[in-house]
Amino acid sequence: MRPFAYERATDVRSAVAACVAGTADGAGAVYLGGGTNLVDLMRLGVVSPGVLVDITRLPFDEIEETAGGGLLIGAGVRNSDLAAHPLVRRRYPMLAQSVVAGASGQIRNMATVGGNLLQRTRCSYFQDVSKPCNKRVPGSGCPARKGDHRNLAVIGQSEACVATHPSDMAVPLAALGAVVHIAGPGGSRQVPMPGFHRLPGDAPERDTVLEPGDLVTAVEVPPLPFATRSRYRKVRDRASFAFAVVSVAAALDLEDGMVRDCRIALGGVAHIPWRAERAESALRGSPATEAAFAQAAAEELAGTTPLPHNAFKVPLARNVVVRTLLDLVEAP
Amino acid sequence: MTTVAAPSAGTALDRVDGPEKVTGRARYAYENVPADLAYAVVVQATVSRGEVRAVDADSVLQLPGMIATIWHENAPRLAPVEDAELTVLQSPRVAYRGQVVAVVVAETLESATEAARLLRVDYRPEPHDVELRPDHPGMYRPDHVNPNYATDSELGDPDTALAFASVVVDATYTTPAQHHNPIEPHATVALWDADGLTLYDATQSTSGVRATIAPLFALPPESVRVISPYVGGGFGGKGAPHAQVVLAALAAKQVGRPVKLAATRRQMFAVTGYRTPTVQRVRLGADEDGKLSAIVHEAFEQTATIKEFAEQTTVVTRMMYAAPHRRTSHRLVRLDVPVPTWMRAPGETPGMFALESAMDELAVACGIDPVELRVRNEPTIDPERGLPFSSRNLVACLRGGAERFGWAGRDPEPGVRRRGRQLIGTGVASSTYPVYRMPSQASARAEPGGGFTVRIAAADIGTGARTVLTQIAADALRVPPAQVRMEVGDSALPRASVAGGSSGTASWGTAVLRACEGLMDALHRRAGDVPPGGLEASADTAEELRSQRPLSRHAYGAQFAEVGVDLDTGEVRVLRLLGAFAAGRIINPKTARSQLIGGMTMGLSMALLEESVMDLEFGDYLNRDLAQYHVAACADVRDVDAFWIEEEDPDLNPMGSKGIGEIGIVGTAAAIANAVYHATGIRVRDLPIRLDRLIGGGI
Repeated sequence: MRPFAYERATDVRSAVAACVAGTADGAGAVYLGGGTNLVDLMRLGVVSPGVLVDITRLPFDEIEETAGGGLLIGAGVRNSDLAAHPLVRRRYPMLAQSVVAGASGQIRNMATVGGNLLQRTRCSYFQDVSKPCNKRVPGSGCPARKGDHRNLAVIGQSEACVATHPSDMAVPLAALGAVVHIAGPGGSRQVPMPGFHRLPGDAPERDTVLEPGDLVTAVEVPPLPFATRSRYRKVRDRASFAFAVVSVAAALDLEDGMVRDCRIALGGVAHIPWRAERAESALRGSPATEAAFAQAAAEELAGTTPLPHNAFKVPLARNVVVRTLLDLVEAP
Repeated sequence: MTTVAAPSAGTALDRVDGPEKVTGRARYAYENVPADLAYAVVVQATVSRGEVRAVDADSVLQLPGMIATIWHENAPRLAPVEDAELTVLQSPRVAYRGQVVAVVVAETLESATEAARLLRVDYRPEPHDVELRPDHPGMYRPDHVNPNYATDSELGDPDTALAFASVVVDATYTTPAQHHNPIEPHATVALWDADGLTLYDATQSTSGVRATIAPLFALPPESVRVISPYVGGGFGGKGAPHAQVVLAALAAKQVGRPVKLAATRRQMFAVTGYRTPTVQRVRLGADEDGKLSAIVHEAFEQTATIKEFAEQTTVVTRMMYAAPHRRTSHRLVRLDVPVPTWMRAPGETPGMFALESAMDELAVACGIDPVELRVRNEPTIDPERGLPFSSRNLVACLRGGAERFGWAGRDPEPGVRRRGRQLIGTGVASSTYPVYRMPSQASARAEPGGGFTVRIAAADIGTGARTVLTQIAADALRVPPAQVRMEVGDSALPRASVAGGSSGTASWGTAVLRACEGLMDALHRRAGDVPPGGLEASADTAEELRSQRPLSRHAYGAQFAEVGVDLDTGEVRVLRLLGAFAAGRIINPKTARSQLIGGMTMGLSMALLEESVMDLEFGDYLNRDLAQYHVAACADVRDVDAFWIEEEDPDLNPMGSKGIGEIGIVGTAAAIANAVYHATGIRVRDLPIRLDRLIGGGI
């Protein structure tokens, strides 16, 4: 691991200033939250920041109710605390379920909400500095297309990159249209999900719309009363401590056997938590039946462009969308 | 010294080293910190074949804390030995990606790690060949297979028998490369002084490391001491020394200071061995009643260009079932890949996945219950060696396991049982493992202040060997175990065989027992009087083992699995796993049960999860960490249980025991694959049984 400087920020202003100063230095500065992904990547040499700005002492560790019945979740809230919070569990079951479905108890105790959103892909090539990777070294190439891509993207990928976003938590947040609060060198701004994450295009080195020095301070979850009927289903090879092969976050608003409204997002299929907007609009106003769910899933997945070794994700995603929606109909 | 204690063998004595381990007092290899210690980190080849043209040592010379960079041009010369895995840094050749091309030594681990990262190595790369294919033109017939079995065997006329058989199964099975992944990575601390070389090493054989390393440095064996009192798992990966032991010794010699070197988890996927992938074709011919007329089992495997390791994949088939016509074979290809080695039940583990899957296919084809099919093909003598069995209780395991599992009345129809959204199925497979015993020495000493010390260079790699040997000694000395101090894990102790081949208890136990018997005789002659300097006796079992009569000696078992397969996702979860074993006399039921269910858990992991993925473009194993190489987590192992059948076998060893360290993994994967077939109607012949094989199979 290359030597680096460590600074502990005491407020947002000094944190951003320290990060910008580090960046201007040419050495590169990054924020340190739980460190559960960043420190691994530093050990692997995938990232080699000159400065770590520790933001764990900033006052971002609260979950507050917003006026309209939503929640404002501090970026420093630990994953375990998020999943255990009574309001999260009551109002957004799929969010609590997604967090518990991820990693291990020890890691969830360390990992923060902000850091979870900013996880890097677990693509083998990205994590191996002896091999090319456009995300790690822009322009170096993508061996995954012809090599190992079983776990990689089937929708929205580019010639340059077929990586997936690994977060479970981000999937229900995308479904809920959560808003990411950002403090940056030019002031504060808010970016709604799923627009916070980027498709790879020809700049796969950029996972999100964050600019240098930008600091995620909170995630605001808007009110969505029908999200009490929501569910996160994660498909994985190993029964725990494994990233999703495919996952689905879904919420359903039913009236007289009809879908009044719904939210659906997919994990493990794209460079971003994939909001299934086509499926959502296909379902609004349609009967809550298996046939309608299957039709909606098919419309969403019509846009997939799988590779030879991950084509199974398409029928898998269809099955899981249908089953999750049926489960919501049968057992709220 | 006249205490008469109840026998300890057969009782569930707690691990005698448990308190040391759970309180952190047990010191593992990497935890040794001799004065003036330096840290070494390896640099691995980033080409898969070719030559190192230059190492730019100057590029890291100025880094803080740097001591030395060692590569083939400046490394101390090693004496030429046959094992090219060990003659490290002696030539510019690169035989596989990840091979060690340089070692950096620094004052701290961090400095050495950073220097290793920055060191510039220039290569002249060559095209590589890393893909195992059964039709590879480089396939050859090795002289023998591990450890010294005939490469091929043939009896009768299997081709004609297959041509005339009423029912034929002809199927090809594949198993992927698998890595051991013990919790403790391979680590060595090397220290040179006037007496020679001391190695604190994580090994399954201190005597073996000494015997292997000494010639490399042109030392007599007694000038090398290997200390390894505690080992955090081995599974065969620590059975023989790998490059890191030599590198640590070489680096310590070069810099004139003690050197510590550990393989990282990622490095272990290149430099500490693995189980070869296999392609296996099995052909079974039978009559309508399922009686076998022909068994043909052919295996195709890989080895490295620098060393031959020929896994004995089909040897188990020579003994398992009766059939007049039979053939087994092994073909090997040398690829530009890391060196494969022993991994828990080498041969039996992949071989029995294929054979026991094929037996299940035959049961389906004949419409016979798979337990009954195996019973019908039970041989009366070892079918290829023509020898009587010392004891063989496979049928008792099948019947006893079936009863306890609730097998009776099983509907053979596949794909028809539902529980919620899961398809439910059950499967069975046989298990077996040979009985090996190797020569060992031991000493037993009556201490003047009371109590006994028993010494042997055995290895307790987490198996419970230290505990079981304590029990054997205590019974021979007729004292409670608390009066026996067992010393193992040091090559300065009486020479012992490797912790491998499930042979530890039999090999070391015999030596310990004979030494204790000798001491009891000596004490008896002195009417129980222990002289002020203590009284010692020693034993060497070489002669005793030579006089063992020829018999077919194996442990047997039967494994039963119940699986649930998610209809929507293809996720397979093992709901229940039960093993029934017949393995001679069980000396410690607690550690034995741990060994058996541990092996079964590893078998479950192999069935569903474990796969080292070869990167065909770059020529290395891709998934080099435990987030990518999945081993079973607790949530995967829901209900696993093992029991054993009492078995009296006077033709084994004085303890009457058979090895139990490996049999637990043999057959598990087939039992699970057979259960998956029963659940879904999909026959998965390629491990691991991942959900995409079922989604793709049309679940």
